[in-house]
Order: sequence, then structure tokens, then C-alpha cells
Amino acid sequence: MTIQLHAPETATSAPFTSTPSALARSAGALLADISRQPVLVLAWIVVLIALGWAIAPGLFTQSSPYEGDPALSFTPPSAEHPFGTDRLGRDLLARSIYGAGTTLTATLVAVLIAFGIGSIVGLVAGYFGRWADTAFMRVIDVFLSIPSLLLAMVIVSVLGYSTHNIAIAVGISSIASFARVMRSEVISVVTRDYVRAAYGLGVGRLTVVLRHVVPNALNSVLALAALEVGTSILAVASLGFLGYGAPPPEPEWGLLVAEGRDYLAVHPWISILPGTALALVVIATHRISTSLRKDQRR
Amino acid sequence: MLGYVLSKLGRALFVVWAAFTITFILLFVFPANPVDLLFDPAELNTIPQEVRDQVAAQYGFNQPVFVQYLERLSQAAIGNFGNSVGSGRRVSDSLLEVLPNTLILAAGSLVLAVLIGFAIALLATGTRRPWLRHLVESLPSASVSIPVFMFAILLLQIFSFTLGWFPAFGDQGWQSLVLPVITLAVPVSGPIAQLLVRSFAEEFQAGYVTTSYAKGATRGGIIIGDVFRNASLPALTIAGITFGNLIAGAVITETVFARSGVGRLTQSAINTLDVPLVQGIIVFVAASFALINLLVDLIYPLLDPRLRATLTAQPVRTA
Amino acid sequence: MSATIIEEIVREQAEAEPLLRITDLSIDYRDRRRSWTPAVERVNVEVRQGEVVTLVGESGSGKTTLIQGALGLLPPSARIRSGSIAYSGVDVTGWPDQRLARVRGNYVGFIPQDPNTSLNPVKRIGQQVVEAVRFNEPEPTDRDRHRTAALESLRTAGLKDAERVFSQYPHELSGGMKQRALIAIALAGKPKIIVADEPTSALDVTVQRVILDHLENLRQQLGLGILLVTHDLGVALDRSDRILVMQSGQIVEEGPVRQLLAAPGNDYTRRLLDAAPARHAERLQPSHEAQHGGRAETGSAAAAEPVLRAASLTKAYITRKGRTSTPFLALADADLTVRTGTTHAIVGESGAGKSTLAGILAGFIPTDGGSVLLGDHEVTGARHAQLRELRRDLQFVFQNPYTSLDPRYTVGRIIAEPLRAFKATRTREELAGRVSELLQAVSLNDSYLNRLPAQLSGGQRQRVAIARALALNPKVLVLDEAVSALDVSVQAQILQLLVDLQAKLGLSYVFVTHDLGVVRLIADDVTVMKDGRVVESGPAARVLNAPQHDYTRTLLEAIPGTHVKGAAA
Repeated sequence: MTIQLHAPETATSAPFTSTPSALARSAGALLADISRQPVLVLAWIVVLIALGWAIAPGLFTQSSPYEGDPALSFTPPSAEHPFGTDRLGRDLLARSIYGAGTTLTATLVAVLIAFGIGSIVGLVAGYFGRWADTAFMRVIDVFLSIPSLLLAMVIVSVLGYSTHNIAIAVGISSIASFARVMRSEVISVVTRDYVRAAYGLGVGRLTVVLRHVVPNALNSVLALAALEVGTSILAVASLGFLGYGAPPPEPEWGLLVAEGRDYLAVHPWISILPGTALALVVIATHRISTSLRKDQRR
Repeated sequence: MLGYVLSKLGRALFVVWAAFTITFILLFVFPANPVDLLFDPAELNTIPQEVRDQVAAQYGFNQPVFVQYLERLSQAAIGNFGNSVGSGRRVSDSLLEVLPNTLILAAGSLVLAVLIGFAIALLATGTRRPWLRHLVESLPSASVSIPVFMFAILLLQIFSFTLGWFPAFGDQGWQSLVLPVITLAVPVSGPIAQLLVRSFAEEFQAGYVTTSYAKGATRGGIIIGDVFRNASLPALTIAGITFGNLIAGAVITETVFARSGVGRLTQSAINTLDVPLVQGIIVFVAASFALINLLVDLIYPLLDPRLRATLTAQPVRTA
Repeated sequence: MSATIIEEIVREQAEAEPLLRITDLSIDYRDRRRSWTPAVERVNVEVRQGEVVTLVGESGSGKTTLIQGALGLLPPSARIRSGSIAYSGVDVTGWPDQRLARVRGNYVGFIPQDPNTSLNPVKRIGQQVVEAVRFNEPEPTDRDRHRTAALESLRTAGLKDAERVFSQYPHELSGGMKQRALIAIALAGKPKIIVADEPTSALDVTVQRVILDHLENLRQQLGLGILLVTHDLGVALDRSDRILVMQSGQIVEEGPVRQLLAAPGNDYTRRLLDAAPARHAERLQPSHEAQHGGRAETGSAAAAEPVLRAASLTKAYITRKGRTSTPFLALADADLTVRTGTTHAIVGESGAGKSTLAGILAGFIPTDGGSVLLGDHEVTGARHAQLRELRRDLQFVFQNPYTSLDPRYTVGRIIAEPLRAFKATRTREELAGRVSELLQAVSLNDSYLNRLPAQLSGGQRQRVAIARALALNPKVLVLDEAVSALDVSVQAQILQLLVDLQAKLGLSYVFVTHDLGVVRLIADDVTVMKDGRVVESGPAARVLNAPQHDYTRTLLEAIPGTHVKGAAA
């Protein structure tokens, strides 16, 4: 960059003069943001807790997710077992906490697959246009014509039941939506004046694509990724609920809800509490993605 | 005009053909030994080789893949997807038998979802209280965030087990339809409402709204008289997506409420890897999707005079 | 006897009451931090019967907010803090929507800014006018009467073929016809006063003139009061009885046109008058500093060698309608010669092909025929690598500085981009030095280096775009409507900058514009275009003062601000 080397003096003096006040200002702005958008802050807290559960479940519970005390089967929610226990007397909070790891890892893999492949395909179709684009649009038509849940079900059944395969299946079935957004963004960015200006300045093709087109187009795709995290959690959990995921002793959010189905009339907490945790996380990711999209429009 | 119709029709046919081909590759070519898929995995080892060969011959698996493909494709073109492995009945018969159940469920849910969508959009546009608008605008996002199975279980817990108003399971009588229809309508209404809220808000900012105000129209009059039609049209573009949501939602709804229907049939076909049945269902769904989009493409220009003028210059992009 | 006299006095007083009286009006907007910022501050406006009052101001001056306030059409994020709005003495401030709806249309008609978005696209014109009739009739009548009244209104608005327009959709009409339809809607309620918010800024000058003429006729025929809002001082000077000049939410000057011209009491008004292109008869001169360091003298430019020559350029676009595809000739056999160190202006209305021409000259758009020579090198048909080399000498400045700068790049990075692309500097220090040199050339300084385009004003952005175009020391700059998106005062600064840079660096400009007023300020040569063809071309002095072609004359006459009564500048 041309800028840093320009004024070394200001750079060295910065830590002493500007930084504390800048910090104070940004902290103040943050507080102001929090007071203005309490729901958004709550959403971040929910997502961070869920991530904490996934990364270090041991920090949040002492109970084992696999072994329970049969004597304590079907204990309703209490201070000791906030989510209650199931048929085998296993602590449902512990199972929910350990289940976050299974579900969220699968979600992350799915979104990365869809994001990576989708953006590249969308970039190629949008930038080169003509036959590449036509072919792409026809393929997208086909992908859209099969509901993604059905497609994912078929893929899992062919690959075999497991959480990994669920992740792959959900990822493949969401490629189309990423590719579509990337394509339309690329098409719109390519016609913008600053891209034409860059060509006019004599900047090379590849540089223009990497420095102008891709960064500006990715903006929208990243916002979609945030939204897709929520949608993918739902898809992973739905497939788990239908029984395509990990086999029973494994804790997985969709499966946890499914396990409680048979006792719904008598012991409703078995399904409802883990299910509520799941719903809260999805609602929170949606809320965050909405705010990301709004920021971008400013 | 004729060119426009033909190009849309061509696209629809391509979608159906491609759906057939993809499922063929996934189900008949991709698995190492498709014959194994025809048996229950638990009993696979106990089945003698002769039986396997016999079954393979019966399904044509001993022929080269391309011959199998052409054979199946030509049969599928006349609506014959072979026989279900599980029941031995024709795929089309199995499908047609449960179709009415799902149609009733889906139609009811669609009507309810559209009503919810419009109610939310009209309320969000019409209200002058910011807090109410924010609240209403957050509903669609919540409705797509709550897992369908979770919502179904909550409804069951409250209205069947606690209040006892509606039966929990089965498909007899209208009472058994109430909870499934609500379960399916709520997630389906989400995208519709989101699109309508956005498009009502956009249209309400349009220049012609100011013109109408200046004419002497009132706020309510403008929303109904000017904004409503312009803002509703885009909802047609997600008709195909909505259909997909209905089908995907039906799989879970019918499973939870133990109703017979296409969704439940799909799930059991996939669970038992009833390959011909799975293929039949997927191609049927894709064909329905293509048909719906085709209809939208053909109807849309009739509703929007601007499109009528530039019909083939800029084809409508749906979905 | 005495009773009737009293009655008459009362009536006279009522008549003396202005059609619109805005008293001490202040309007606030709620910003994102939920605090109120004033947009209009203690404004007084009066419009009487048969009077044209014009409200002039640049963007952000609060003129649109004022109008919205007067019509009761403020967005929910705005509030009237104080003051009152009265129509014929009836105070309507704070009236609810339902009651105000009866004032709008019936008492005050409104003509919006952009005819292209102001009609409902899915309703026929007739229906939209009928609604205006129906909302405002004293007692309900039948459909035939509505139709008759609507047709009459369309005819009054100057649409002779009212029957046909009645059954057409907005997209089937031209911009001028749409604006007439909107005038018909405004007239349909038989209002006493018309409020027009920039009614012609989206239209070509010749159409603008016809529409404004028509409004003036309506005032005489119907005795309307008209409140005209515009950013164009020329329009205001031409058309009004009284002018109100608005700046940052306040009325800074008010008075009859002559008084304003003769003795502008306010500094801002004086600056606006100075900046208005139409008020200058001569080309801008380089400022003193520029002349001192100057290499090229403008006087010697007359004999200068051509630097850019275009011959018989042709471009056709295929437009498809139904099954038949018809070629649309955007450019037909256009010639152009740009002399070294001079400015060649290309003028025309929308659809004249001037932007296509600029695009071809800059190598953005391939031609269907003809050639462009930059010095001895062919631009048309140049291969990618050759074209890239040519770009060192041939640069382009876009119309809209809000879209021509990558929003993610800092100013420093934007200006350095061409230098990096051509590896024009060897060390980072040299690059940084060149960038700040360029910033200074466009009267900015190093404090702008780290800013993003979003943190700059329109004028500053256009300066950055010019600095970027100058980075490689080009010989020719193609400027496509480069000042059209800017306010007049900013426009004047950028034009002065261009003239100074030309004097200092010996640049040649191709200056594309729709504004003949601007041409007077900057051009040495002028080419007038219409429907893809060159209508007239020659030295600016001759084309502007003794036009050969009818169309050039029509264009010149349509420039607002040139024929004010007794206002020869």
C-alpha cells in the first residue's frame, strides 16, 4: 500500500494519542448499538453459547451424554437436570450440549461445500456468460425442481446413513442457491462503472476479476452464507429426525427430538426442550444474517 | 408469442428429462451393486446368488448401463417407472393411490399460507406504529426458523394431548386435517410473506404512490387500489419454490402425524431403497415443478402489461 | 346597502388571502441514532392567484421536504416541529390523512419529478385520470361523466390525441407525454394551485421547454397559482414572478426576478448566479496559478494539430420486438476531430448517440464501421494488448462518480491503480509521491488518502476520478457527462479544474454533455448530434452564435435562463 509509508510519524505516535480515545469511542458505539438492538445482541449470545457447546462441551456439563442412571429415568426438568432425563436416565442437557457438536459440525461442512463450489460455478457462469451461463441456468433449473430435502434424502440413502454423509448431501443440495446469488451478483458487478473504469485504466483482466469483481460480489454471498447456516442446521436436524443420521446412542439435535416422540403425551420435555434449543439457534442465525444484509445495503 | 411458449415448453421438458437422468445415475449407476439395494440390508447375506441373479435379470441390471438407461427412459416417457420393489405394484399406481391425501393437505396449507402471507404484508405496510411493523416483519423469519417437526410436536402437545381438541394421528375426518395443515402452512408461509413484505414496502415507496396521494387518495385506498396488485405479482415467481417447500414439508408432516401420502411414501421408499419408486416420485415432483413454472411463465405476461409488450425480448426469470 | 358593502369587504379579504401560505415552518428528520435533525428551518412561503413562485436550491437544501410538508406527504421519519400551512386561509397543519386527502387534488394539484416512475405501470392512463376525477368530485356522478372529465383534462394538459392516450399504458408513452398525463391528473381535481417538484429535470431540454410553456399557459387560462421547485436557476429566472432561494433548510433570499438579478442580497445567491452555466457567454479562463505554470496557451490552440480523429463511425444495436429483430442505428457515419490541447464538446439529447460515440472513442465499444486514430495508432479493432498500451494516452471519466469508484478501495488505492497496472513507478516511495502529486493536482490533499468513496462528496469523488485518469499522463481525456450528476456550484468548480489542468498539462478533452450551457463554458469545438447523426460541427463560437442547422437553433433556444426579460448578462 502506498499509504503506510507515507507518514511514519503519525504511525508511531498513534498508540499514545489516538488509540485510547478511538477505543473509548468504539466501545461507546458498541454500547449504543446494544441498547438500540437488544434482540441482535441476544441472538449473538445464543449463537456464541451454541458454538461453545460444540467446541468444548465438557465446560458446560459434568454429566455424560451416553451413560445414565436407569433409576432416574424420565425425571422432569429440575435444578440438577435442567432439561430432565430420558428413558435410560441420561441427562438431556448433556445430550443437547454434546449434540451441538455433531449438528453444527455437519452444518459447517455443508455450508463450506455449498459456498465453495457454488461461488466458483456462479463466478464462471456470471463472468463468461453466453453458453457457460445458459448451460448453468439449465442445470440450476433442474436442481431447483427437486426439493433440496428430497435430494439430500436420496443422496444420503445412496452414500449410507451417517452424519458425514448428511453434511455432504445438504451441502450438495444447497450449491444451487449459492451459485445463483453469486452469478447474479457477478453479472451486476461486471456492468458497474468501476469495473469498466478499471478496464479503461488498462488493468488486466485477471486483476479486475480478483480485485474488483470477486470481492464486491462476495458481499452478498457471505450474507447468504449466514442465512444458509440456519437453513442447513434445519436440514441436518430434519434428516437426523427422519433417522438418516448417526445411529441412536449418538447425540444429535434432530435425533434427540425424534427419540422423545413416543413419550410426548406423558413426558413432553424429552422432545420439546432440545427442540427449543435447536429452534432458538436457528432463529438467532436468521436474525444475525438479516442484520448483515442490512449493513451491506448501507 | 409462439416462440416464447415453445422455448418455455422446451425448458420444462428438459427439466423432467434431466431429473430422470440424475436419479438414474444416482440410483442405478452410482451404487457399486444396484441389486444389493433391492434387498433389506439386514437380510442381504442370507440371500442366495441365484435369487440375486434372477432379480438382476428381472430389473435388467445384467444389460449394459446405456441400454438400461434407454429402456427405462422410453418406459418412463409413457409413465411407466416399473414396479415397486416393496409392494410389487406399479409405481404409478402406488403414487396415484396416496396422491389425493397429499393434494388435500397441500392445497389447504397453500391457501392458509397465502392468507398468512398477505395478512402479514398488509399489516406491515398498513400500520403506522413502528413497533407493530417490526414485530410483524419478524414473523416470517421466525416461521422458517422453527423446525417443522418441532412445530408439529408443539401443536400435538398443546391441542391433542393437553386440550384434546384434535386427534393426534391418522387421516380420518376433517379434524385430523387441522393440525397437519397448520404445521405445513407455517413454514411454507415464511418465504411468501418475506417476499410480499419486501415487495409491498418497495411498491409503497414508488413514485406513483405519491401521485395517488396527490390525487386525493387515502393511505388505505392506495394500498388496496395501487400497491396491492403491483406488489402481489412477484409472489407468482416463487410458485415453484413454494411447491418444493410443500413437498419437503409434507415428508415431515405426514411422518409426524402418521398420515398416508406422497411424503410418507417417499420416506418409506427411501428407507427401504425402493429404487423404482424413489425414481418415480422424484421425476413426478420435478415434472410438477416444471409444469407450475411453465404455467407461471405463460400467465405472468397476461397480468403485467409491460411484459406483454416486450414478451420475447426479455423472458421472465422465475424462481 | 351597508350589509352588501361589508359582505364585499369580507369577500375581498378572503380573495386577498394567498392560495398557499406557509408560516415559520420547521421540519425535522429522525436519523438512525433516533435524534431529530432539522431539514427545514422557519420557512415562509406565499403563493397568490395567477402567480408563479419558484423555489431554487441544490440537492439537500430541503426544498423537497418543504413541498412534502406542504402537501402533508412527509415520510413517517419526519415531523413538523413548528409553524403552519394554510390554503386560502384555512390552516391544515396537523390534519389527519383522511381530511388532508380532500385538500389534495381538490385544492392543490401536484406534478412529480420523474414521469417515468410516477404513473402506475399496470393501469391504463385513462383509469388513473378517472380516479383523480372521482376522488375530487363534490358529489358522486356516473362513469360517463368521469370519462368525459378525464378526457377533457388530458386535452387541457396538451394531449391532443386524448382518446388514444386514455386507453394506453404508461410504458407506451414518451417521457414528455407521461409528464402531460401527470399534469392532466393534477388538473383533474380542478385545483386552485399547482405544486410542481422538478417537473422537467428528467426530460430533454426541448421537451422541458414545451412542458414549462404549457404550464405557463395554464396559469393564464385557469388563473392557477404555481409553486415550482427546481435546482436549475435558469428555469427559475425564465419562468417565475418571484424566486425563493433555499440553502440548508432556510430561505436565504426572496424577491422578484429582476431584483434578484440586479442586486442579489445574499452571498449564496450570488455564487449560484455566477455558477449557472447559462449566464456565461464566454469560455472559462484558466485561473492565475494555472496560467503561470502553463505550457500551452489557449490562444494558440486554433492552429493545433489533431490528436484524435474519428471517421465515419457506425454502430447498430439489435432490438428484438416480438419475433422480428430490427437493427437500431445508434451511430450513423459520425466524424470527429479533436485538436491537441483543446476541448471538443459533443452535444445532444437522450438517444442522440453521444455516449455510444464516447464509448467507441475510448475503446469500450467495438464499432460496426469506421475508424478512430489516436495520433498514428488505430483504436478501433486494436488487439487487447495494443489497446492496453493506447490507454496510457487515452483515458475516460464516467458520468456518475458514485458508481465509478470501487466502494471497497481507499482514495490512495484508487489513484494508484493505473500506476500499478502499468508498473509506472519503480519504488513504493515513488508511487506514494506520485499519488499525492495527483491529489494536489485536483486540489485535494494527503488527508484524503485513506478515505473510502462513501466518505466523500460528489465533487470530491469526481476529483478523485479525474486524478485517477491523469495518473499515466494521458494526452486525451474522454469525459462522458462528467459534471451532469453534480450540483451547479460543484459543477462550476470541476469545470474550472478541467480548464486549469488543460492549460497546465496541454490535455485534449472530448466532452460529452446534454447541457449546451456547459458547452459555452468549456468548448473550443462543438459537434451537435441527433438520432445517431452529426447535425453540425465546428468552432464553438460559430456553432453557438451563428448556428447553421435548425435543430441547433432549437436546442440553443431551449436553454433555460437565456431569455429572461431584461436580463442580458
